[in-house]
Amino acid sequence: MNNTTSPYAIELRDISKRFGAVQANKDICLQVPAGTVHGIIGENGAGKSTLMSIIYGFYEADSGDIEVGGELVNIRTSEDAIRFGIGMVHQHFMLVENFTVLENVVLGAEGGAMLKGGLDAARKELKRLEQEYNLDVDVDAVVEDLPVGLQQRVEILKALYRGAKILILDEPTGVLTPQEADHLFRILQSLKEQGVTVMIITHKLREIMASTDNVSVMRQGQMVAHRVTAETDKEELAELMVGKKVRLVVDKEEAKPTNVALSAKNLSWFDEQGVKRLKDVSLELKAGEIVGIAGVSGNGQSELLNALSGITPLSGGEIHFNGEVITAKNKKNASQMRDLKMAHVPEDRHKMGLVTGFEAYEAAILGYHNSEAYNGKILLDRKAMLDECNERMQKWDVRPADPFLKTANFSGGNQQKIVIAREVEQNPDVLLIGQPTRGVDIGAIENIHEEIVKLRDSGKAILLVSVELDEIMALSDRIIVMFDGAVVGEIDAKDADERTLGLMMANALNEEEKAGGQA
Amino acid sequence: MFETLILILDATLRVSTPLILAALAGLFAERSGIVDIGLEGKILGAAFAAAAAAAVFGSAWIGLLFAIIASVALALIHGFACITHRGDHIVSGVAINTIVAGLTVTLGLDWFSQGGQTPALTGDARFTSITFPFADALADVPVIGLIYSELLSGHNILVYLAFAIVPLAVWIIYKTRFGLRLRAVGENPHAVDTAGISVAFIRYRAMIICGILCGLAGAYLSTAHNAGFLKDMSAGKGYIALAALIFGKWRPVPVMFACLLFGFLDAVAVRMQGVQVPGIGEVPVQAIEVLPYVLTVLLLAGFIGKAVAPKAVGRPYVKERG
Repeated sequence: MNNTTSPYAIELRDISKRFGAVQANKDICLQVPAGTVHGIIGENGAGKSTLMSIIYGFYEADSGDIEVGGELVNIRTSEDAIRFGIGMVHQHFMLVENFTVLENVVLGAEGGAMLKGGLDAARKELKRLEQEYNLDVDVDAVVEDLPVGLQQRVEILKALYRGAKILILDEPTGVLTPQEADHLFRILQSLKEQGVTVMIITHKLREIMASTDNVSVMRQGQMVAHRVTAETDKEELAELMVGKKVRLVVDKEEAKPTNVALSAKNLSWFDEQGVKRLKDVSLELKAGEIVGIAGVSGNGQSELLNALSGITPLSGGEIHFNGEVITAKNKKNASQMRDLKMAHVPEDRHKMGLVTGFEAYEAAILGYHNSEAYNGKILLDRKAMLDECNERMQKWDVRPADPFLKTANFSGGNQQKIVIAREVEQNPDVLLIGQPTRGVDIGAIENIHEEIVKLRDSGKAILLVSVELDEIMALSDRIIVMFDGAVVGEIDAKDADERTLGLMMANALNEEEKAGGQA
Repeated sequence: MFETLILILDATLRVSTPLILAALAGLFAERSGIVDIGLEGKILGAAFAAAAAAAVFGSAWIGLLFAIIASVALALIHGFACITHRGDHIVSGVAINTIVAGLTVTLGLDWFSQGGQTPALTGDARFTSITFPFADALADVPVIGLIYSELLSGHNILVYLAFAIVPLAVWIIYKTRFGLRLRAVGENPHAVDTAGISVAFIRYRAMIICGILCGLAGAYLSTAHNAGFLKDMSAGKGYIALAALIFGKWRPVPVMFACLLFGFLDAVAVRMQGVQVPGIGEVPVQAIEVLPYVLTVLLLAGFIGKAVAPKAVGRPYVKERG
């Protein structure tokens, strides 16, 4: 492989991959110079992980070429990828938890049918690798006893032990503390100095700026830009990630906010790994206003919606809502929150908003199925359900207006209308709405926006989470910006523009201040 | 008293043999992530195949060969359902048990017309006892003589084989590349897959080993322990073996001791028939026969500490993610 002198460790040409109706990757071209750290940035769902899975042989591309070290290769399985010197550190570690570090490293590269020789050789080789790359790990420790930062190092060692010259890291800092992340960046630098090519996939701008030489931006399955990291900035990258679209205009009057409908104080939440995903979030929603949450996806917006709607219990803080104080101890589940007149349109309508195997009239009462309106003495009142479903389908222009059609068979926009209609028609005091128009066609978007504004004008409080910056700016009366699980800024919608929001979303304003303060 | 104990232990070895073989079979399957409730069916199928072939060919060894073929075939069917088609392991296992229970009797009736049994086996068609050298001469030496001539000597080859397989299993599982991959695939098949190893291939190999061991267990029942096939002669041994597997926490040596314990209770039950226990009188044989099952329930209910199964056991491996 070394007799060809290509400046690129890996080169992709016109890679496309489709999953059913979803074009996950479209005509991706990418050149990664050897011995550099290359960042691939994009929002969740932009197609980064699919692309890396193609390089690592998990999926086969529908079309396109991959060259490694200037040679055209055909990567069908992970085994092929390993043979071509590609190693991958997955977002969720691929480690056998009750194995020792040593056993995990040799798995698949035992060097013979007997373990003894392979393990001894690996022990020696690991010692060398540890010194060369500054990767200290106790090789006899059992993996499940190690903190995540060290587990990740085991993954890196695994790849290096297999002779990886190209190392791909998928969302490497997702589970790391900031200190562990910094340590990781130092490790990556020493890898680079030893001639390893590193590719980092992430949606976090900080990591890109902190660790890469070049960066490529993906959006909606396509490669939209390539930049030299030193010549770009967070602001530009944020804009490239989110994309500039035709400006949405929503006709709406000035908001007339009245009393506070919901107030949240210092909300925090820890995930299963013990990572703090919500960091002391405080906010107030007033009746008659729409508050938008802006942020690069994955910065705590989903966790905030889950916490407010009662899907996940709080780890700390309190929510004041309709006379109740909800805390970590005084929990309310999602159904109890509904009873308190809080409605929730979840971000992912397939996973959380609908049972796709249900017919429309059944899906239309999910979460409210115990309400008197739909129940007879013992059984559900089918006629009441159908009547209401028909009525709503007319009002919301759901097509086809067939209450017996399975929800899976409606288009995205019509599915969303079924969900939003269900929540809005309950006449809630507070509506939490996540990604209201994701995957929805233009006509339906206008329709949904109008209804949201109508709900506001009838004196309800609305919290809107969306990855579409345009949507946030068009609908919101007030915009709160989240970054890394915390609220980093608030701005009146009238004063918001893409530049300001982009900077706030990258937390660049605060970091600049911090940097200024330290200097 | 000492002699009684030796005789009970002697019976224990004989009763434990099929349990050990079946439990080790289950161990290989479950370590690879396949739940095998079909051990019972494989033992029964193998017992029938062994007895039928031995009756026809007049050789216990040919019977053993057919037992292994039948059992491996059933194991591969289970593998095909669970590995290739990602089916539910329990459903597939129960299906195998049900089919075999009916099929053995039906084929037996058709082939031998003896009410579902196979003809009684004699001579070379059975595995006979192996007597150790000097067993008779040493029989009268106190203590050691009895242990040597009664307890250790005088079993058939499959008993010795079962106990020899235990250290072999330990060696395979902990000292070889295959063992490492086997353990890994039952814990985290994704790790194995990303390391460039085929999850399915390892699991199929584990199922073949499982089939071979169940074949030995079945052949033991019909051509060594008994002299022919009887309807439902596996009598729940596959399920007891699974209990022993959990009891022994999926490790070969503890699993062997678990099987010996169950075998011991069984042997005691036989020995206690008609015996007057001081102060109680004659203990109903059913009360003793129920002991292994009661013990299993009690032990599994929490007297053995936490038994952690291989993490991925029973879950079909689906490669496509996110």
